[in-house]
Amino acid sequence: MNINRFLKSAAGHQTVDNSRRSFLKVSAGTSAGLMLGVSFNGSALAQSAATDAALELNAFVSITPDNVVKVLIKHLEMGQGVYTGLATCIAEEMDAAWSQVECEHAPANTARYANLLMGQQGTGGSTAIANSFMQMRQAGAAARSMLVSAAAAQWQVPASEITVSNGILTHGARSATFGELAIAAAQQPSPDAESLSLKTPAEFKLIGQENTLRKDVGKHNGAAIYTQDVKLPGMLTAVVAHSPRFGGKVKSFDAGAALARHGVRQVFEIDSGIAVLATDYWSATKGRELLSIEWDDSAAETRGTADILQQYRGLVDTAGAVAESHGDAEQTLAQSADVTELVFEYPYLAHAQMEPMNCVAQVNGTSAEMWYGCQSASGDQAAIAQLLGTGIEHVKINTVFAGGGFGRRANPVSDYVLEAVRIARQVQGTPVKLVWSREDDMQAGYYRPAYVHKLSASQDANGKPAAIQIRVAGQSIMAGTSLGAMMISNGIDITSVEGLSDMSYDIPERQVELHSTQVGIPVQWWRSVGHTHTAFSKEVFIDALARKAGADPVAYRLELLKNNPRETAVLQLAAEKAGWGTTQLPAGWGRGVAVHTSFGSTVAEIVDVSVQGNNFKVERVVAAIDCGIAVNPSIVRAQVESAIAYGLSAALADEVTLTAGNVDQTNFHTYRVLRMNAMPSVETHIVPSTNPPSGVGEPGTPPIAPAVANALAAVTGRTFTRLPLKLA
Amino acid sequence: MPYLLTINGQSHEIDVEGDMPLLWVVREQLNLTGTKFGCGMAQCGACTVQIDGVATRTCVLTVADSVGKNIVTIEGLQSPQALAIQTAWVELQVPQCGYCQSGQVVSATTLLEQNSNPTDADIDAAMSGNICRCGTYPRIKAGIKMAAAQFYNAAGAA
Repeated sequence: MNINRFLKSAAGHQTVDNSRRSFLKVSAGTSAGLMLGVSFNGSALAQSAATDAALELNAFVSITPDNVVKVLIKHLEMGQGVYTGLATCIAEEMDAAWSQVECEHAPANTARYANLLMGQQGTGGSTAIANSFMQMRQAGAAARSMLVSAAAAQWQVPASEITVSNGILTHGARSATFGELAIAAAQQPSPDAESLSLKTPAEFKLIGQENTLRKDVGKHNGAAIYTQDVKLPGMLTAVVAHSPRFGGKVKSFDAGAALARHGVRQVFEIDSGIAVLATDYWSATKGRELLSIEWDDSAAETRGTADILQQYRGLVDTAGAVAESHGDAEQTLAQSADVTELVFEYPYLAHAQMEPMNCVAQVNGTSAEMWYGCQSASGDQAAIAQLLGTGIEHVKINTVFAGGGFGRRANPVSDYVLEAVRIARQVQGTPVKLVWSREDDMQAGYYRPAYVHKLSASQDANGKPAAIQIRVAGQSIMAGTSLGAMMISNGIDITSVEGLSDMSYDIPERQVELHSTQVGIPVQWWRSVGHTHTAFSKEVFIDALARKAGADPVAYRLELLKNNPRETAVLQLAAEKAGWGTTQLPAGWGRGVAVHTSFGSTVAEIVDVSVQGNNFKVERVVAAIDCGIAVNPSIVRAQVESAIAYGLSAALADEVTLTAGNVDQTNFHTYRVLRMNAMPSVETHIVPSTNPPSGVGEPGTPPIAPAVANALAAVTGRTFTRLPLKLA
Repeated sequence: MPYLLTINGQSHEIDVEGDMPLLWVVREQLNLTGTKFGCGMAQCGACTVQIDGVATRTCVLTVADSVGKNIVTIEGLQSPQALAIQTAWVELQVPQCGYCQSGQVVSATTLLEQNSNPTDADIDAAMSGNICRCGTYPRIKAGIKMAAAQFYNAAGAA
């Protein structure tokens, strides 16, 4: 199908950001066959033989004779609420009763379950709802149509006279449940997508409602199953001793003492270190402590983060590759008598999701079966198949709940997944659960890269920015990955500058330059990707310019956003709800603002902080979000709360440092994440909208750190340019 | 050597080494997987269970030191406070990824069993040992207050 039409129907052509647009363009060229926006049919599998089990109506919807609507979820449920969101769209158009809907993860099957914005099966970029909003509704409408056809045939009445509500089909005095019609419905032909009529927003009964309880159940009573909980007959537990330095290799090792330990079954070398297999985790980890390993660091990264940041500070004084250019900012700045210049510094960040990386694998010759919280089904499946020299059809992935992700589980080289497979293929037929300790997880890299930015601007007679030059130095997260070809063009990794290169502020002359650096520390996307750092520079810098102009920070932004009604509306809503300029703060308190657009959605946050000596506390956050249609408002608010907490953790404390190539942090006592006592109250307001849904999981993260920094500036008069924030 | 443990009201004879943390006994020997491994050094609270009514980190508590204690895991919580907390958790849709939530529920239940009308400061003090990377803290706080209301009101009415 035509990509433009897809964009218009499924993602909203106005809400897809630049990086996604270029992503799509390339995807369309390389894998157009996977981009069928209306694909919900299950090909030959669609009309499988009727059995006692669920009757499949299409790739996403089955009905059991006992009246359960089973929905297959093509994305990973890692807390963002995708089970509930996708099932809501299906149940809405199917007119199912919400109470009869159950969800489970779809298997890895790119042809059936691709993310329509990526062309491959995977979860990320806050696209789960955006890419599937139309597809799920069509799948629900198709299932409904098949049920209606079945009832019409059975009752010998026109289909148009049958009504469906709350999972019951009715014609006059006759009625039937979905379950009663399941077998007959599964024998109906799949309707043509074009023949389905979908509801208008005014007709929604589930979408946009507050009372649709989540479908990822069992999380309040310990019943939910994560990778950590998978137990298979004869399974061994594996831990791996990794090189302390990135790029280090095993030179030699002695496994004697480890092998003599009770419970330890095998010790062997794999690409990434020495694997210890035991009957249980404790034995495996005690066995690992008994290993004696000599490492070869000849190819290892041996620099520390202080050296690396020092290099970056030098780089931003030199010209980089041009990512964005309007006018001649450099010349205007050179001719300006008064240039504001700020240098920003950002540390490496670990994801530190609550469930450390783990994966269960069983290899039999050239086939593999996997059990884990799989975020990147297509990528992992292909990587496993390649490693085993087999076809993807021989790699079966069973996806279970993930204990948080924040980007980490979608590893571009399937690092922890392939580690599990490499171990499992050494013990053919035996299932192996690879478990990383917290220390393994924190020291394994794939961090949000460290960056240094330099921003310089001149202002016109009214104090408005006239020209701005931005230089960014840091590692590319896309370089060397399968996405590199799509996301890097002319030496610019769009994710290194997104949020700056496409900023909404109306500044006549602007230039964005990038230095992509070569460092041997593995890096990866981290909740909100480039916006984790670009939004901070942009929003703190704008505040600094507003102060210099003697302007109110909200009014100053609104003036620069005159041509952007969406950001204007979101910022105004947050300001109004927070009482910006109308409420008095206690002594020692300050209020700060930030607004940013990412993943197709705009979020504004207004923060109150209290300062006492060298300590401060974030007291209150008022957020406003425009994410198009809010499929589940409670989950949208939960995700904004979550995104704020995650970003606030980085604003206050998170930082990975390296000394001579060794990661200094090991666990939560040295990588200090946000706890309950530092969590502010959060109030989230959703802009009413009938536009197609856009991202929700990530867009709340970028504004929080700059809003806090700006609030601190309001109290102290100082400008904060380094994360994590410190008063002294 | 075998250790006799009382877990969720049942006796279990466990033959493991004495220094094995209770967490791994519960999870891997008894298949009570609601209790989670998060850090292994009593920093995150994902492994919290009640031991003689006290919220306790099992990743650093040895099986040898668990003998003779009344151990209650997330699967065995039965008090009215536990029920109220779990009901509030579902109603307010507290969990996101959910991995830390067994520990959160055990800590919140323990708080409520000891203090039927906790202040914000009481909640911060009782709950700050339980990390949630999804940032469900505001809903946890609201959930504890919702659950507490039923006991506080009941006590007030009595």
